[in-house]
Amino acid sequence: MDWNTLKGLAEEAEKQKTSLGNLVYRGETEDYDGPELDIYERMKQNWLVMKEAVHTGLNKPQKSRGGMIGGDGAKLHIYANSQKTLSGLIIEGVSRSLAVAELNAAMGKIVAAPTAGSSGILPGVLTMLEEKLQPEEKKIIMSLFTAAGVGSIIAQKASLSGAEGGCQAECGSAAAMAAAAAVELSGGSPTQAINAVALSLKNNLGLVCDPVAGLVEVPCAKRNALGAANALVAADMALAGIVSVIPADEVILAMGNIGRIMPETLRETAKGGLAQTPTGIKWQEHFSKL
Amino acid sequence: MAESLSSFDIIGPIMVGPSSSHTAGAVRLGKMAKQLIAEKIKEARILLHGSFRETYRGHGTDVALVAGLLGLSTHDVRIKDAFKLAEEAALIVTFEPVDLGEVHPNTVRFLLKGESDRELEMQGSSIGGGNIVITRINGFDVEVYGNYETLVTVHQDRPGAIAQVTNILSYYGINIAFMRVARKNRGKLATMIIETDQHIDPDVIKIIEALPAFTSVRLVEKVI
Repeated sequence: MDWNTLKGLAEEAEKQKTSLGNLVYRGETEDYDGPELDIYERMKQNWLVMKEAVHTGLNKPQKSRGGMIGGDGAKLHIYANSQKTLSGLIIEGVSRSLAVAELNAAMGKIVAAPTAGSSGILPGVLTMLEEKLQPEEKKIIMSLFTAAGVGSIIAQKASLSGAEGGCQAECGSAAAMAAAAAVELSGGSPTQAINAVALSLKNNLGLVCDPVAGLVEVPCAKRNALGAANALVAADMALAGIVSVIPADEVILAMGNIGRIMPETLRETAKGGLAQTPTGIKWQEHFSKL
Repeated sequence: MAESLSSFDIIGPIMVGPSSSHTAGAVRLGKMAKQLIAEKIKEARILLHGSFRETYRGHGTDVALVAGLLGLSTHDVRIKDAFKLAEEAALIVTFEPVDLGEVHPNTVRFLLKGESDRELEMQGSSIGGGNIVITRINGFDVEVYGNYETLVTVHQDRPGAIAQVTNILSYYGINIAFMRVARKNRGKLATMIIETDQHIDPDVIKIIEALPAFTSVRLVEKVI
């Protein structure tokens, strides 16, 4: 089988009547000479830290290290429970993703997924779905392997680093990973999962990495928030049976190509985009005087 | 990037934010320095270059470096309190913005003094995703990644010194994964960096230390 494309993985999973997550998990245990349980337990440990991060982020909001952000995840969470929302459950997931991204910026404990700067998206989406769908724990752990499998192929074919490929490579990848995980968690097929990857990532193509003052705060935390929304909508679209005209593997290659031609000023250097707006410059000057 | 990655390279590591290169990598650099000086540190001058110099406060690189010197792990939630912990440990820390020339943008140089006045100069860089490389130890150019258990020696540059160490390691069943030798001047002091697949017992270190040509032998464990 072809382990190097999402299409290859999805076809194999369909053939074996299993999920992408199970397939990735089994591949992982084959490469490992210790007991199989270790691999499961390691991912479970990641999951428990993700849940803890959501809890801490929502209940103990703190100012970020640089002081630009903090507390918006908690604010949004209260609003999400107010029955007034326009976007329903999505905003519940979004508030959690935002809370974790803020916790990261406040030097709290998180799981890089795939990076620290994009660490809010998966836990926000998955903890919200855990409450909504009440799946058994194993299904959630397997959905993390789904996300890991997608991330691994993006890492091989494009990039997961903002300095190399812009924010499309960080939050864009995290959203695509979360979209696939969400599809499998709610019972969708492997083919639907990779369609969710394509639909999600297509809408983040070209997203630049332009952090104000070079810090993982603005716009990173809010891009995590809206990354979660993107992931959930893409998952719903794929579950409804929408097929991306451009297949996921080609979208990933396009993302890599766009990253390579993206100017350096828009790749984590704080020399362009939002970092160089009047407000961005004002913050930058504030930090240089500290 | 063509290598196949483990699921845990993608989901993980568990770490304290906000940045794997500016925070987690910084903790690991500090932890390497702590192991190389191998005694309680009383003074630390920390020279910051490039992006470390520009963003160290906002990324918490400063507290992360100190947390590493105190031996904390990259996932320890006390990292942000490292200055307070340093004060409690009677460790005096100063930061200096510097230009170290043509080096990686995330580079730090530690100038440390231990409780017995032992000194250590160590330079290293955080090269992405929490990975690090130590490029200089006490004036020797080196290349240590901290992914293996590593033996770092200082010894007289003379025939047989290297063979003595490799023989001892082979006797104890320790396989050498990577090895690098550097010296300042021919016949003067030299250093050996040996990365091994197996754990090196402290007793083995003592045997190497007792060799007449060797002035210092340090064991650096994998840093997480």
